Amino acid sequence: MSTEAKQNTITPNTITIDGQEIPFKDGQTIMDAALAAGVYIPHLCHRPGLTPHGSCKLCVVDIGSRGVSFHNSDRRVQTKFSVDIDGRSVSACTTPAVAGQQISNNTPALNEVRKTITQMLFIEGNHICPSCEKSGDCTLQAMAYHLGMLDGHFPQFFPHREVDASHPTVMLDRDRCILCELCVRASREVDGKNVFAIAGRGITAHLIVNSPSGKLADSDLETGDMAAHICPVGAILIKEHGYEVPIGRRTFDLHQVGEIGLEKVILAKVRHTDE
Amino acid sequence: MEQNATSQSNLRRVAIDPISRVEGHGRITLLLDDENHIHEARFHIVEFRGFEKFIQGRPYWEVPFLVQRLCGICPVSHQLAAAKAVDQLVGVERLTPTAEKLRRLLHFGQTLQSHALHFFHLSSPDLLFGFGSDPAQRNIVGVLDKYPELALKGVKLRKYGQQVIAAIAGKRIHGTATVPGGMNKILTIAERDALLVDIKDILAWSSDALALNEQIHTANPEHRDFATIRSNFLSMVGSGGELEIYHGGLRARSASGADIFDQFDYRGYQQIIREEVRPWSYMKFPYLIELGKEQGWYRVGPLARVNNCDFISTPLAEAARKRFREFGQGGFVHDTLAYHWARMIEALHCAESIYELLHDPDITGTDLVADLGEKRREGIGVIEAPRGTLFHHYQIDEEGLITKANLIVSTTGNNQAMNESVRSVANEYLDGHEITEGLLNHLEVAVRAYDPCLSCATHALGKMPLQVELLDADGMLVDRLTKGGNGVIERTV
Repeated sequence: MSTEAKQNTITPNTITIDGQEIPFKDGQTIMDAALAAGVYIPHLCHRPGLTPHGSCKLCVVDIGSRGVSFHNSDRRVQTKFSVDIDGRSVSACTTPAVAGQQISNNTPALNEVRKTITQMLFIEGNHICPSCEKSGDCTLQAMAYHLGMLDGHFPQFFPHREVDASHPTVMLDRDRCILCELCVRASREVDGKNVFAIAGRGITAHLIVNSPSGKLADSDLETGDMAAHICPVGAILIKEHGYEVPIGRRTFDLHQVGEIGLEKVILAKVRHTDE
Repeated sequence: MEQNATSQSNLRRVAIDPISRVEGHGRITLLLDDENHIHEARFHIVEFRGFEKFIQGRPYWEVPFLVQRLCGICPVSHQLAAAKAVDQLVGVERLTPTAEKLRRLLHFGQTLQSHALHFFHLSSPDLLFGFGSDPAQRNIVGVLDKYPELALKGVKLRKYGQQVIAAIAGKRIHGTATVPGGMNKILTIAERDALLVDIKDILAWSSDALALNEQIHTANPEHRDFATIRSNFLSMVGSGGELEIYHGGLRARSASGADIFDQFDYRGYQQIIREEVRPWSYMKFPYLIELGKEQGWYRVGPLARVNNCDFISTPLAEAARKRFREFGQGGFVHDTLAYHWARMIEALHCAESIYELLHDPDITGTDLVADLGEKRREGIGVIEAPRGTLFHHYQIDEEGLITKANLIVSTTGNNQAMNESVRSVANEYLDGHEITEGLLNHLEVAVRAYDPCLSCATHALGKMPLQVELLDADGMLVDRLTKGGNGVIERTV
């Protein structure tokens, strides 16, 4: 069936992702519909149940009337920018699903863009995977593997970021923060607190703690809070627990980042339980 | 010793940069006087990594995995030394039997693979073909070509040691095994049984390697005197005076075998050892405080351990130690090249110990972590790494972040000794104003006997080509010989 013919036979409340017809309910985003149908759209800042944020941009998809473009994967720059010129690139987690949307997701061009974004996340922070206790359980690291990232590509920023170990049980290592705001939203929306926020703009944006001293110790964060466990990287950690899950049984030793519903597994891991 | 401690302007200088087939990057400078005698020998370490500085501010539970990245050869030793310090920080005096045995097994695997690597890959070309033989053949490829069976055994011995490490730490290199007060993973019965499959071959090959080294050393009288120096020895020993590489007291003995101290609790190491900084090297010079800077330098590693211990707990290695002792006519063997022999005695001890531990029911136990005690702000972990006594010392603040770290790594313990051995060889082989390939080769062999790991010692990493420079009394370059990483030697004056 040609694209044109296909568009003429739109099923109400369905979208099409990479040629696969997917139902959606009113109010769902493209990401919601995709996850419900078992279709993986790469993401770092999205978590079902929390307000979509659209900051990591890994869930970028193309919406257009044309079918999936073919791109020469050897020509990286051209590939990166030759996305569907008749449509638009949007964040799947914040864009409502609309009947008849023709969406490109798992394409070489988009995955190349995602890889570049991931590389920028790495070089903008201090991500020392070899000694990081989150290694093997880190969604950013798993995403890099998923997208075939072999290096940082860009020069490292080596920013100066502060560690806050003042809290008796939770540690904040801003070196690894990717500003996804999962902790900000989890604290506000699930824990009913308002412990974290992002301050500053652009490259100076950083995670702050809403307490009189700015220190975690003076906040009302507790070990049982979701905000203490939701970090997809190693920026928020339970103190004095690390490397307890042996190599071979860490999250991404056993799972692919593209598995649907993995957030529950990850949350269990950071609570230091073993599968 | 006085000659090494001073620097004078009216001297000629010979530099060998860098040294090959050691782990890391070093350089040798020889200062000559007006009569072409070696006035001073300096084994430079010109790289700097600064682990002690940049781990400051990191949480203590991260440290074993951060510092193990010092090295890809003996990361297990660094992980274990740091883990022993961390145990003290969390108030654990004694591990569970399973955890302690797993750590021991891990360390025996580590030492076996490191010793096998050093002999078969790095040193056997010198010992089998002769120090002055054709460099095109004198390498691991040459050994594979002429002694394929031996070379293959070496490869398999190393592989087995790494299999032991992988079974416990999850990876052959840079795995994770320790947690504060214990270990993170049991050794399953299936994993143990897989290691048991080859252990008898490993014992046999370790015995063969030992026999070969023993034969080489005892049958070549010139090996006795090559780079040989008399020194004090420092090592850890078990409570009964036995060879011990995981946990024990410190023993230092003088060149004649007299006790300097014995069964010393390593947590007080600062009372007995001090480190001297010299401006021309990033590697410090440790010495025994009791004997002072001039007389207090010592040697560590296999030669020190086999000389210092009263016995070895495993039968085959103990029989070998007795022969070693007889060779020394009851006293210490000071021959620098006997490091190779002692190293293979230890490799056999590791193989025997692995055999014993794999048959110990505790090794597959499930009680991995001891009850944590009262937190402390300071921890000192010491272990016998393959290259010698390794000290890790950490202080933390009330939040659990490292405020101070001091590492005395094994190669540092041999720093002065390597300089002394270099001077001894240079005196014998330097001929006038010209740097010869023979000199270059012999200096390399002397340094290599110590199995120096310059990556750890300076906290540096790199390949090891070699350069020799000769400068006259006015500091003018007289001669320079450079050996590239590919073994090609060029005169570049």
